[in-house]
Amino acid sequence: MEENFSAEPPVPPGSVVAGIDVGGTFTDLLLIDGGNGGRVHIAKTPTTVENQAFGVVAALGATGFAIGGIDLIVHGTTTTTNAVLERRLAKTGMITTRGFRDVIELGRRTRPQPYGMTGTFVPVIPRNLRLEVSERVEASGAIRTPLDEAEMREAVGTLVAAGCESLVIHFLHSYANPAHERRAAEIAAELWPNGYITTGHALLSEAREFERGVTASVNASVQPILERYVGRLRKELADKGYVRDFLIMNGNGGMISARFVTRESAKTVMSGPASGVIAAAYTGRRAGFENLVTYDMGGTSTDVALIRNAEPAVSNEIEIEYAMPIHVPMVAVHTVGAGGGSIARVDAAGLIQIGPESAGANPGPICYGRGGLEPTITDANLVLGRLAPKKLLAVDHPVTTERVTGIFEDRIGKATGLSGVEAAGAVLRLGNMKMAGAIRMVSVSRGHDPRDFALFAFGGAGPLHATALARELGLPRVLVPARPGITNALGCVVADLRHDFVNTVNQPVAMLDESQLHQVLERHRNEGKELIAKEAVKPEAIRVTHSADMQFVGQTHIINVPLPSSSVTRDELQALFEKAYFARFKVELPEIRANLVNLNTSVTGVRPAIDLSRLIDPAGRAKTLDEARREIRPVWYAGRWHDTPVYIREKLPLDAVIEGPAILEQMDATTVLEPGDRARSDADGNIIIDIGEA
Amino acid sequence: MSTLDAITLSVLQAALQQVCDEMDLTFSRAAFSPVIAEANDRSDGIYSAVDGSLIAQGSQGLPVFVGVMQYSTKTVIEMIADGRCLPPAPGDIYIVNDPYLGGTHLMDVRFVMPVYRAGKIFCWLSNTGHWPDIGGSVPGGFSASATAVEQEGLRLPPVKLFKKGVLDPEIYAIICSNIRVADQRIGDIRAQAAALLIGQDRLNGILDRYGDETVTDAIAELRRRAAEQMRANISAIPDGTYRSQAFVDSDGVVNEPLTIALAVDKKGETLTFDFSGSSKPCAGPMNSVLATTLSSVYLAMRHIFPDVPISAGAFEPLEVKRPEGTFLDARYPRPVSGCAAEVSQRIAEAVFAAMVQALPDKVTAAPAGSSGNFALGGSDPARGRDYVMYQISGGGYGGNSGHDGLTNGCSTIGISKSPPVEIMEQAFPVLYRHYALREGSGGAGKHRGGFGLAYEVEILRGEARASFVMDHGRFGPQGALGGKDGQPNSVTVFRNGEQHVPPHLSKEQDIPLKAGDRVRVGTPGGGGYGDPRDRDPDLVARDVQLGYYTADQARKLFGS
Repeated sequence: MEENFSAEPPVPPGSVVAGIDVGGTFTDLLLIDGGNGGRVHIAKTPTTVENQAFGVVAALGATGFAIGGIDLIVHGTTTTTNAVLERRLAKTGMITTRGFRDVIELGRRTRPQPYGMTGTFVPVIPRNLRLEVSERVEASGAIRTPLDEAEMREAVGTLVAAGCESLVIHFLHSYANPAHERRAAEIAAELWPNGYITTGHALLSEAREFERGVTASVNASVQPILERYVGRLRKELADKGYVRDFLIMNGNGGMISARFVTRESAKTVMSGPASGVIAAAYTGRRAGFENLVTYDMGGTSTDVALIRNAEPAVSNEIEIEYAMPIHVPMVAVHTVGAGGGSIARVDAAGLIQIGPESAGANPGPICYGRGGLEPTITDANLVLGRLAPKKLLAVDHPVTTERVTGIFEDRIGKATGLSGVEAAGAVLRLGNMKMAGAIRMVSVSRGHDPRDFALFAFGGAGPLHATALARELGLPRVLVPARPGITNALGCVVADLRHDFVNTVNQPVAMLDESQLHQVLERHRNEGKELIAKEAVKPEAIRVTHSADMQFVGQTHIINVPLPSSSVTRDELQALFEKAYFARFKVELPEIRANLVNLNTSVTGVRPAIDLSRLIDPAGRAKTLDEARREIRPVWYAGRWHDTPVYIREKLPLDAVIEGPAILEQMDATTVLEPGDRARSDADGNIIIDIGEA
Repeated sequence: MSTLDAITLSVLQAALQQVCDEMDLTFSRAAFSPVIAEANDRSDGIYSAVDGSLIAQGSQGLPVFVGVMQYSTKTVIEMIADGRCLPPAPGDIYIVNDPYLGGTHLMDVRFVMPVYRAGKIFCWLSNTGHWPDIGGSVPGGFSASATAVEQEGLRLPPVKLFKKGVLDPEIYAIICSNIRVADQRIGDIRAQAAALLIGQDRLNGILDRYGDETVTDAIAELRRRAAEQMRANISAIPDGTYRSQAFVDSDGVVNEPLTIALAVDKKGETLTFDFSGSSKPCAGPMNSVLATTLSSVYLAMRHIFPDVPISAGAFEPLEVKRPEGTFLDARYPRPVSGCAAEVSQRIAEAVFAAMVQALPDKVTAAPAGSSGNFALGGSDPARGRDYVMYQISGGGYGGNSGHDGLTNGCSTIGISKSPPVEIMEQAFPVLYRHYALREGSGGAGKHRGGFGLAYEVEILRGEARASFVMDHGRFGPQGALGGKDGQPNSVTVFRNGEQHVPPHLSKEQDIPLKAGDRVRVGTPGGGGYGDPRDRDPDLVARDVQLGYYTADQARKLFGS
């Protein structure tokens, strides 16, 4: 890995950059030819599940652009995400402190839902591959029982013999004193057939043995899988003439060389969602919207994130599914379990309920023609004229709108006294309302004024619902990017190099040693700069931001406070925290002292700006709005049909102002303007919608 | 009613739910007490202006509070009406924790606030938070041997803690003079009030948008429909009487088991719960007040039918006969500190054991059903200060028609996480010798019970006193439909080189310990579901391979 680094030819400052995002269904590619006035190539090809590399190469081929002529490929992958969720993991063993092998199976005594005493849980590493050795470090870091090296060797031998490919060494209190983990890793390295050895403290040097253990276990068990994938892709690309380094999108929203990425494989589990948020931040900054709620609606789930001052919120505490925490800094993307495939039904009380059941991709909504018989949100959009039947991307056997309407009448209308169309209207309204509630819980209800934010809607279905959601949430504006369906690929194109650092301090502010605090932040800065210097891609500038996780002494939850500089004083810390706390809870507590929990730094290698003005080819723009109009069709808004003009998004004149109701259609997305809304374009081809009075 | 269409009704149902969810979130995030902030030992809801009945409650509230606050709110309304409480004004918040006035134990402190519209009370908002201490003989309040409520802590009738939005410094001073770690209580009080105020803002938004009258109509209609939904669920149960028993190890004072005898009579669309024949009120703190007994029945039914929204309507078809003369209807001054954490779970177990006969596909065998409270109070000579440590723990869940039971699941009445070993060792002078899955503890069955937890804690420095309020030490969680019981809870104390098993097995107070002494705990495994001989042999072999059972155990438990 690292040893070949000098052999990599440096990448010229981004003249031809390709971003590739592999999603569940499609592999999306966006190529921007900087040497040719920012000319844009786009491809969307089916994802090849067994080896995603084939789909990537197919997408590259589909552009017609010579692969050898690309200067930089940046890649977002779901390889590790799928491996974890489907438990298709490398056979991995764990060696841990005697008495503690069950930590990752016991969890923190939880159940999957508050009500219902059922549920299942499968640990990442099965119990028979979790072995114990004699060693014990105390909370202070003092060694109580020395590492028994003979036992260690024996345990490693047992796991090798069992056919394990990857190894986790997870000792109690290794964050306080990593000596035993380090020594154990040395011993293991002598015997282990490959380099797949993860120590618990290396990824996450924080207390909490369950969370650290799961993070390390996930890392180890996806490492060989990611490495193989990267190898396959490297080979496929080399065969097609691309011999430079390529980069992988990390969950923290920064990219990292494919040569280094596998050491911290766990960080790639949020690769896809993170790139979408990065694209939103970049697009928003160019468009003059620095505060965004991002909204990516898919078939079964919806991803929501918060961007303040053009910076995506980062969290160290992501849980990718029940009892599966991955505690490394990652873009804070909240997944809401509702999407276009969410099923509507009437419950025993005669009330309409949406979800949590989803039709998923198979059978999918009724209108996909794959045998789905349950009415979904997507079907409601079809019935209400918002979605044109011909705009559906994944239809097997077309189903008529009449038939879908009939099912709404049968399943929803009969029990509620509504017609099929009214029932679909009710489903859509309720679906939006519940979605808005879920979004509010993870965004504006955390102490932000919705009026300061715009809704950034992307993904296939995001723009369909955006104006209704913004209305519900009290957000005054919606921003729909030029290419909503390939936003993740855009995130890959525009991402920067980025490294995040966390140091636990856990001291009352009044007792802090300011010079020590400054040293920690300086060290973060220097380490980050060194790491970035190793990359083959040379950034244009280095940006360093610091923040503090703080609380009142005695609390357990923290709030993140951005710091103005690395030379912050105690008084400044106290004041910044009190201000942030009041903004969040409207509570002042002068009686209680503030506590500094963590110091965080992110070091970003800023890449040269990428011109987005040709995401939609300016030459294809029509002169007048009328020329861009495809048809007028009836669309159902607020209880009645409205004759609604439908425009071809790519043809809209840049200076056009569109009054709702209106529908804007493009290759992979449909945007709905409700009556009272008013939309305009900006220079990058974004649509900015001012939400009208309800 | 004519103005209320299905859409508006569905929308308002979701909107009222969101108000409560947002109150829950605010309370947890702003709270100081880890019991609230981490363990989510709190709940928020909206209550009727007329009789305090439950309109909506947060989905992430602690389950044991599912029905309780409507009784305390009702009491406040009644006491205002007959002059025992000062009349309300906008901005007032009452505080109350009296168990006998619709409560649980003293540590659960309720705030009750009127919401005004056009000068009249439209509804009440209320929340409960478990305070880390409320005074009394034992830090934290979980006495295993109190014999009167006065020993358990400060008891507050409904009084206005906030008057027109301003904290009353006199009442606050009285509270602070009576509880431990008082310096941080202001933080929790502010958080608890902030949650209500945020709820009030959100609710006003909904009322402004949809109109007070529409929302009022919707609330009535939602209540009616929740009742209908519960009735529809009940009517699918075959008519008949389903009997069960569950046992509390002892009351902590008199070493005899307490019996919960339950007969559930299903007729038409109603379930009647009759606890007559249960043990008499007890001397120790394992009494339950009526509100907690009712709430325990409701929470068990919600575990069985999680799709029915929590509202007073859902409880209508559930008729609980007042268990007068038993320990499930305790009156002043009976001690009650064990009711919320332990007795409630035995009541739920009795409901599960009765209902699994009627609804074998929906109900599980008995879960571990204990909060596993182990408290250690001592002084740390190295730091020169006193400490109180709480170890709560989970246990195995019962097998069910679809799956084996979950391992180390949270208590039936809780949703809280247990603390990490590393955090405990940082904070207290203790060392865990092991923290492991308790092998062999899951009850055998076609679908076996989940496994309990086994841990052992050594005192590193100084002297300390250990107290236990657990249960299921005498009998394991019950198997169902031919499944075997899970292993009982076990507590062993190693001191002065000798082993000590608490005479009450799962309860004892103030066992003196010193450095080097150890406490070993095994929490219960879940009950098995169905005949063990019907278990898939491949699954039995897998359980042996994973070390869940020895080969010998597997042969004995599963035949074959």
